[in-house]
Amino acid sequence: MDNSIFIVLIAMLGGAIRVSTPFMFVALGECLTEKSGRINLGLEGNLVLGAMVAYAISFHTGNPWIGVLAAGGSGLILGALHGYICKLPKVNDIAVGIAIMSFGTGVAFFFGKPYIQPSAPRLNSIPLGDWTGNASLAQALQVNPLFFVGILLAVLMSWAFANTRWGLIVRMTGDSAASARAMGVSVDLVRFIATTIGGMLAGIGGSFLSLYYPGSWNQGLSSGQGLMAVALVIFARWDPIRCIWAALLFGAAGAIGPSLQSVGITQGYYFFNAAPYILTLFIMIASARSKGAAREAPGELSITK
Amino acid sequence: MSAETAGSIPSTHTPNVRMLKFAEALFVPLVALLVSAVLFSLFLLIIGKSPVDFFSLVWTGGFGSSFSIQQSLQRSAPLILAGLAFAIPARIGLTIIGAEGALVLGGFAAAAIAIPLVTFGIPAPLTWLLMALIAMVTGGVWIGLAGWLRHYRGVNETISSLLLSYIAIAIMNFFVEGALRDPASANKPSTMPIGDAYRIGSIPGTDVHWGFAAGIVLAIALYILMSRTTFGFAARMTGGNVRAAQAQGLPVGLLIVSCCVIAGCCAGLAGFFEVAAIHGQANASLVAGYGFTGILIAFLARHNPLAVVPVAILFGAIAAAGGLVQRRMGMPDATVLVLQGIIFVVLLTSDTLYGRLKFFQPPVGGDRT
Repeated sequence: MDNSIFIVLIAMLGGAIRVSTPFMFVALGECLTEKSGRINLGLEGNLVLGAMVAYAISFHTGNPWIGVLAAGGSGLILGALHGYICKLPKVNDIAVGIAIMSFGTGVAFFFGKPYIQPSAPRLNSIPLGDWTGNASLAQALQVNPLFFVGILLAVLMSWAFANTRWGLIVRMTGDSAASARAMGVSVDLVRFIATTIGGMLAGIGGSFLSLYYPGSWNQGLSSGQGLMAVALVIFARWDPIRCIWAALLFGAAGAIGPSLQSVGITQGYYFFNAAPYILTLFIMIASARSKGAAREAPGELSITK
Repeated sequence: MSAETAGSIPSTHTPNVRMLKFAEALFVPLVALLVSAVLFSLFLLIIGKSPVDFFSLVWTGGFGSSFSIQQSLQRSAPLILAGLAFAIPARIGLTIIGAEGALVLGGFAAAAIAIPLVTFGIPAPLTWLLMALIAMVTGGVWIGLAGWLRHYRGVNETISSLLLSYIAIAIMNFFVEGALRDPASANKPSTMPIGDAYRIGSIPGTDVHWGFAAGIVLAIALYILMSRTTFGFAARMTGGNVRAAQAQGLPVGLLIVSCCVIAGCCAGLAGFFEVAAIHGQANASLVAGYGFTGILIAFLARHNPLAVVPVAILFGAIAAAGGLVQRRMGMPDATVLVLQGIIFVVLLTSDTLYGRLKFFQPPVGGDRT
């Protein structure tokens, strides 16, 4: 019995590390966008398009890292599109996000059709667990470099928000557009840049899906990670470092099912998949009228009003 | 959401101003559709396909024959209901994006209640009635919850309804892959099929299932409710300004929750028809994205329940033409998704034109709303 608990825990750890990386990138992208005072519900489109582009480019060039860059580029374009449209007056950012999601997935499915069959070079992982001498632990600790890029990025973002002029400008734009304007900052430009970079991060997150785990391109590749990013950022209360923890938690919740399967429990784990959403909902209910929580949320954000 | 999208409260409009508003509401989307067509043609030219062939095929596949028209209408049925599910809360100022979840959970509840009813041989019409009722109640409670949380707990309804959507899908998966799984469904876990005798048939003389008729009836009923009754007036007033509505003594909380319940009923009903007319059982096919397409349809219809119908038929037709385009032009079935995506993006962008085109503005000093 102890042994099977151990197996489940190790499988969950490995699963959390694997599954969390795309969550991490979309969450950091969404976090940056929302810090500037805008919401992007379209990151699902960036994620799926990024996955397709990364796979196709990796197939043609033979280098998966070029694929990752191209995925970032495709996400950048979609993010810029969202950023540009949303700065026009009278346009609803939530609806535009959903439209971009539908456009991005459509384009990805259209151009991705020929790439469902062929096998493209994938990203290699770094074996961090060989010293343990335990095969399943070593397997779980096969970590992809993008995981570390994500963590580094979160630390960098957290530092930049707190300590740099740029970080201050983004936070100010997100908290009060009027004061940003008074300081001579172009609110539209800051939000455009934040949305564009946020879109790029989501595209990179997509490349992880097709180039590492699950590691192939097909139309059912994403299970809505892009849409969940919004919930994840609320869960993390707009803090990049907490985004990492939230991504790990969401990833672990998603990994419970397969890891229970590995010890023969095949039923009843679907509620664990829903656990992060139930938890996020309760956090929202609990913090909806708390002043401390209101301080952490960007004041200009439509979803916190 | 702001007052523009929530619809303006009819005041002392002169007929002339009303005509101008109506012309603007017709002109802007038509221009946007034209721009989308041009953009998509460019896309086709770049990949070396003929736009003329494509659009004539879409016409043939969507409206060309009585068969294709019926296909389009059939496909538009869940879209009408999902569109209404977004449009009604939008009139009261709420952005509810959880219709997908209410649809899935409603469809699942209908399929689940059908199992004992079918086993005991309850007559089909009574079974349908009970299935539809339970689907509507489930959907209504689900979206109503988002509305209740919004008004009484201050929880943002957009995000809570999105979260509730995922929870709904997980609930369906939990039962469909567990307690209620039909052992015969090996590859795709599903509930017990309701059987052909319990399938909802077509409207007599057509191949279109009754969900389309239900959508039309609901669209008309909700149009009347929202624009010709005290309830609708109060709801739109709340959508325009909550504080003012409260100051007038309107039961704002009740209005908000009611609108959400109506929306959930529409989505749940869509789920019921998907189960009773199309799939015959509940499984992952219910998660088809109708709820999200419905949001965009409602935006294009400017949250007018009557306008939801033609817009939904248009997108039903585009979806129905997908197969023909795939066969005749050798293009992936995702082609129509690209076209849809372009139309959605351009049409939403065109919202910015309202009130900016000089031609449609009432003369200065005239009546402005």
